[in-house]
Amino acid sequence: MLEIITSPISFFILLSLFFVGGIGSLFFLKNDKYANGWGSFFAIAGSLWGLIFSITAILTKSSLLFDLKTSVFSLFTLSFHIDLLSSFFVFVVSLIVLFCSIYGVGYIKHYYKKYNIGALGFFYNIFIASVILVVTSSNALFFLIFWEIMAVTSYFLIVYEKNDQDNVKAGFLYLVMTYIGTAFIILAFLLLFKYIGSFDFLVIKENIALVPAFIKNIIFVSAFIGFGLKAGIIPLHIWLPAAHPAAPSYVSAILSGVMIKTGIYMMVRLFLDILSPAPYWWGLVILVVGSISSLLGVLYALTEHDIKRLLAYHSIENIGIILLGLGSALTFYSLNLPALALLGLGAALFHTLNHAIFKALLFLSAGSVISQVHTRNMEEYGGLIKYMPQTAFFFLIGSIAISALPPFNGFFSEWLTYQALFQGINQMQFVTQWIFILAAGSLVFTGGLALACFVKAFAATFLARPRSEEVKHAKESPFSMRLGMGALALLTLLFGVFSGYVISLINTVSQSLSIFKNSASAVNISSNQSMTVSDGFSSISGMFIFLLLVVATFLVIFVFKKVINKTQKECKTNTWDCGTDLTPRAEITATGFSRSIILIFKGLLKPTIQNNIEYYDDQNRYLPKSRTITLSISNIYNTYFYQPIHIVINKLSVKAKTIQNGNIDLYITYIFVALMLALLVIL
Amino acid sequence: MSIFIWIIQLFFVPALSPLCIGIIRKIKAKLQNRQGANIFQPYRDIWKLLHKDEVISNDASWVFRFTPYIVFAVTLVVGFSIPIFFPRIAGFVTSDILFVVYTLAIGTFFMALAGVDTGSAFGGFGSSREMTISALAEGGFIFSLLTMALIAGSSNLFDIASFSQSIGGQYFLPVLLAFGGFFIVLLAETARFPFDNPATHLELTMVHEAMILEFSGKRLALMEWAAANKLLIFMVLGANLFFPFGFGTDVGLASISLSIFYFLIKIFLFCGAIAVLESTIAKFRFFRLPDLLFISFIFNVVAIGLIYSIK
Repeated sequence: MLEIITSPISFFILLSLFFVGGIGSLFFLKNDKYANGWGSFFAIAGSLWGLIFSITAILTKSSLLFDLKTSVFSLFTLSFHIDLLSSFFVFVVSLIVLFCSIYGVGYIKHYYKKYNIGALGFFYNIFIASVILVVTSSNALFFLIFWEIMAVTSYFLIVYEKNDQDNVKAGFLYLVMTYIGTAFIILAFLLLFKYIGSFDFLVIKENIALVPAFIKNIIFVSAFIGFGLKAGIIPLHIWLPAAHPAAPSYVSAILSGVMIKTGIYMMVRLFLDILSPAPYWWGLVILVVGSISSLLGVLYALTEHDIKRLLAYHSIENIGIILLGLGSALTFYSLNLPALALLGLGAALFHTLNHAIFKALLFLSAGSVISQVHTRNMEEYGGLIKYMPQTAFFFLIGSIAISALPPFNGFFSEWLTYQALFQGINQMQFVTQWIFILAAGSLVFTGGLALACFVKAFAATFLARPRSEEVKHAKESPFSMRLGMGALALLTLLFGVFSGYVISLINTVSQSLSIFKNSASAVNISSNQSMTVSDGFSSISGMFIFLLLVVATFLVIFVFKKVINKTQKECKTNTWDCGTDLTPRAEITATGFSRSIILIFKGLLKPTIQNNIEYYDDQNRYLPKSRTITLSISNIYNTYFYQPIHIVINKLSVKAKTIQNGNIDLYITYIFVALMLALLVIL
Repeated sequence: MSIFIWIIQLFFVPALSPLCIGIIRKIKAKLQNRQGANIFQPYRDIWKLLHKDEVISNDASWVFRFTPYIVFAVTLVVGFSIPIFFPRIAGFVTSDILFVVYTLAIGTFFMALAGVDTGSAFGGFGSSREMTISALAEGGFIFSLLTMALIAGSSNLFDIASFSQSIGGQYFLPVLLAFGGFFIVLLAETARFPFDNPATHLELTMVHEAMILEFSGKRLALMEWAAANKLLIFMVLGANLFFPFGFGTDVGLASISLSIFYFLIKIFLFCGAIAVLESTIAKFRFFRLPDLLFISFIFNVVAIGLIYSIK
């Protein structure tokens, strides 16, 4: 029975479910309701099957390897290699897609009559199938094809609300950036092909010794740029905060929770599996990039008042945290410390899973708010906890989890990442040690700032009094949306409480990589679910923490409510208003909340203030007609990274103009010369 | 025996914390040439507040109502997890440094939310300031504990406290630097001078008091009591990790009573230090506080660097 589930046929059933769902929805272009039903049903069925498939594969430790040979070109062999690492990512994809699709059933309803539901179902299903194909394919050429299908389908999902010009612009930026990334990835694979003569990952891996060290470094750099761009590392992230908010919210959840993780998957696959052994400095580069991404990601998140852009910046932050785990794993591995490398990789994979869960939860609950209030601007929210209590509760859970507060899942993966960094500080020397110290420092400040940012996000959205009329008409979302959010909220708790068990499974996944054969992890899981790192340097138990917090809370509530204070009354009146009328203007706004932090980091964030006053009479400047204050942030990566590139490209294009004079004869000569040169090179 | 220790661990911090507040206030009063209230006055205040009726804002949601319980429960859990005067006993898996830091952050998180919840201008700004300070204080907090953990070779607070007793003289400088960093964090996290003024409700610059402005009755009592607990937790950490003289090595009666004796003296000294500090310096301008907090972080980075140049 179990063999059937992990067989190639079962894998094709998984893919065909999504394809049937995708193609089928196209037939229902005319009928919104059926299109929604068909598309969502097959997405749910497919992801359920994906869950069963991947869980069985991980539990039975079975890996799947098969080819579909095409007779004409042996180069174009469609081969799949679903080892435990792939299964793990299939699991993450399926888990998030399952709940997002359930949520989607209700969410899509507000697109009825406005947009084409059939097309949404088509692109959604094909997109998910392509994500699954990306993490399972084992041939660079087909990998690139699936990678492109993923890019194109996600582009169409991003510009789905096409009536909004900003979304189309964001989609264009995404497309451009994604192709730059793909160019680097193609470069990396072509270099590998040049020295090994195969596109098959397994063949490349066996013959990796044929690649000179220098070329390997070039491959590392271009692969890191290419996949890092998809993952959203700073400064290659500019598409992410524009594109993720533009998509429908449940798609944003998948983009942020799952799609950017394909970049992480390929980094693990390439740097720890295919290209290993890795030189020492790769890990350090990843650590530095991870520190910068996490710290800058959270700082930019603080400056946002668009709720989905805020969450998108937090994805960048969390990708940084994942890279801290991955970077330390690479460093430890190249120094021949496999136990610690397993600790770092485990932290990275666990955080990948956890981030997918709580980020999906946050995007879904943000989507639930947006579908009622019809704006992404947090300044127009406020007081929603009274109108949408369940959504508020789910968003609160997500906020607690992403801020790494115990006993939710975010705490445990960040705890493991900390342990990897602490061990780095403890065991490394000189420059490496200092890089680890600074990485730990950036993680510490990231944690603190993320907490501040989510206090801001939750408070500005749900607490105090409504700041716009729209809020007062908000109602709780339909059942399917609440079900999707509720299940994810429960998962954040379960993956925290049973973190010991999850980590032991993740250890099996990372030990299945051939470089970690026969090495034990530095994390030990005892029978009572407690994790111990590095022979007792630290230990923690999710279960015990959960019980202790619950018992303490109930004890306090019981004692103070039932024992000491039984007869006292609670009377309700207005908030103290200092003698003025209570209006929403008295409340703190999202911008105001983070203003002091922005000012403290003004060296990095470069906040700007513009004052404009219009007078009734320009000659007589006593009576101002209106005042506007524009607060904004000037992005340092724009000033110091993109603008110089922009200027250089512009100058080069101006230079290129001189050979482009509009004369057809001249162009034909160019073509002729180019042809001759090409022939010369080949012959 | 061990269940007895567990119970003492759980209730020790809330039982003693109002007394510390009373002592600090008494010393401050003496320094200001006042008589000052009895050192047991905070207990009476809490008891009085617990039996008063409550006024709750119309705008407040369940977050506001629930916050005092969770804030107090968090200090109970942390008080339970830190070394007071018993050595480590089996079954303690919550004494990890990161657990203590992040669990205290749960309290901060909910308190900041409750500050915004009533929709008053004071509460919102209090929350904003509190989150700014605590975000920046986290660096110094985790790193000062980390410095001690790296010296002791364990991130369990009990192990650090027991190990610190036998620390060699070569670690004098790193420990001193780490303590300097920790003391800054102590003042920041417990809302004392120069970060915040615990004695006033009506100042535009207040932080902690602004957040709890709308609380009354038993919820106010809980918030005040939890703040006192937090202060004692920080003093206990400071006393037992950085100055672990006489910290109990076994559960014998003589060892424990010596441990308790030293412990009380150390806590009294901490109270005195805070009171003297508060009487001699003024509150800083808000935008000078980050400098102080970054200094605390830098102290610890230097301390960690020093450890490895010694080793």
